[in-house]
Order: sequence, then structure tokens, then C-alpha cells
Amino acid sequence: MEEGAQVSMRNILIFKFLVLFVFWILLSVWALDHNYPGQFNAIHIAQGLVASAIVVYVLRELILHGEKIHVKLFRAVPYVFWELWQIVLANIDVAYRVLHPKMPIDPLLIEFYVPYRGDMTKTWLANSITLTPGTITILVEGQRFIVHALDKSFADPLLIDQTMQKKLMHVFMEGENDSTS
Amino acid sequence: MEPLHIASAILVFGGTFFMVVGSIGLIRLPDFYARLHAAGKPDTLGEILIVLGLILYEPFSFITVKLFFLSFFILVANPTATHAVAMAAYKRGLIPWRKEHR
Repeated sequence: MEEGAQVSMRNILIFKFLVLFVFWILLSVWALDHNYPGQFNAIHIAQGLVASAIVVYVLRELILHGEKIHVKLFRAVPYVFWELWQIVLANIDVAYRVLHPKMPIDPLLIEFYVPYRGDMTKTWLANSITLTPGTITILVEGQRFIVHALDKSFADPLLIDQTMQKKLMHVFMEGENDSTS
Repeated sequence: MEPLHIASAILVFGGTFFMVVGSIGLIRLPDFYARLHAAGKPDTLGEILIVLGLILYEPFSFITVKLFFLSFFILVANPTATHAVAMAAYKRGLIPWRKEHR
């Protein structure tokens, strides 16, 4: 690995450590009002330091390992709300299918390919698929996705319309009209 | 009864309903993969609804912020865990149940 990449890797580790430690302070040390006094003493701060260090060490190769991420936050906001609405629909649907006496399900495995390059995009897509109606991501290998669908009607939006794939492509700037592609 | 408490009760009740439905689905659905649908999704919405209800119940304080972080964490962690379990089963060669087409 070249020198520049090493330095940025160290900066990323320090950044992750700081985020975790600030979060710890926020949750356990900080006193915000008199009903919930904070634990502002040496033992709690030391515990926070040790815990953050261990987490950063264990997850050193998982999140933010130096890959460049292009994300438009103002494009992500509508997507997140759309996704939350899809979660509500998913739950109503699963509730209907589970409580129906005949259980109208016909499970199948589907397989499709995505044009994404970034790991972050694939992670978002996999988690979104699992949260939306009747589909669960089973395997992600390179650009191949294997998805378990509870019924054929749930498989079609992923295979034919590809709404979710296009929306995510828009959020992470991997579309045809974005400058980074 | 304050209006906020009524809204909070409705949210907590809705969350509990989805959790119960998820548990019923865990028993009724035919195989491992189908049961994951019942285990992963209703839990996410159910827990988020319950947490939202608790946020409304308490007056705004630091607890609110903590509960908000909790629901965000559930939203990320739940599908990830579901995917991990499903992938483990798939790699061990578990074949999904199919409806018999005659």
C-alpha cells in the first residue's frame, strides 16, 4: 500500500474513534437536565475510551475502509421516507398473509444483477430489499443478488420495474447522467 | 386523558399488534425462509412504533434523543441480521419450500 493511502486509513480510524466516543459521551456522561444527571467521572470516561478503541479495532476493515462514497444527502431524504412508507406496506401485507386462513403464499428464489460499483450502495439495496414487502436478500456476490420472495407479485418490481435500484442509483450518483460514472 | 397520551397508546398498541402477528407467522409459515419474513419485518415496524409511542409519552427530554437513536439502530440492524441468518442457511444448502403446482 502506498504512503498516502496509509495516512488516510489512519485518519479514518481516528474519525471512527471520535464518532464513537462522542456518542458515548452523549449517552452516558453528559448531564442535560437535572432529572437525569450525567456520570461525569473518570471511570465512565475511561470505559468509553476503552470501548471505542475495542470497537474501532474489531471493525477496522468493515465500515468506511477507504472506499470513496458519493452520496447526495438531499436525494437520500425522499428515498428514506419512501422506504419508511414501504416498510409500513410490507408489514400490513405480511400481517394479511399470516392471518389469512389459507395463507396465500408461493415462495420463490429470484436472481438479478445490479450495475453498482460501491459497497455502500449494495448494502443499502440489500437492507432495503429485506425491509420492503415480501422480499429478503439471501446472497450478495459481486453484482449478483439472490432474493427470496414470498410471492411472485413481490418479485416483479425488482425484476421488471427495478424502481428501487433506480432510486438508489440516483441517491448514490451511479446513474448514467451523473458525472462520477 | 391528554391527546398525546392517546396517540402514544395507539402507537404502542399498533406496535404490539405487529409483534404478535410476527410471532403467529413464525409458527404458521411453512419453512425457514418464509419464517424469516415474519421474523424480520414485523419486528422492525413493531419496535419502531413502540419506541415512537414512548417518545410521545415522555415530555421532550434527553430520553427522547436516546429513543430516537434506538429506533434508528433497529432500522439498520434488523435487516442486516435477517440477511446474515438467511445467507448462512443458503450456504449450508437449505432448499426453499415451494408450493406444489399441479
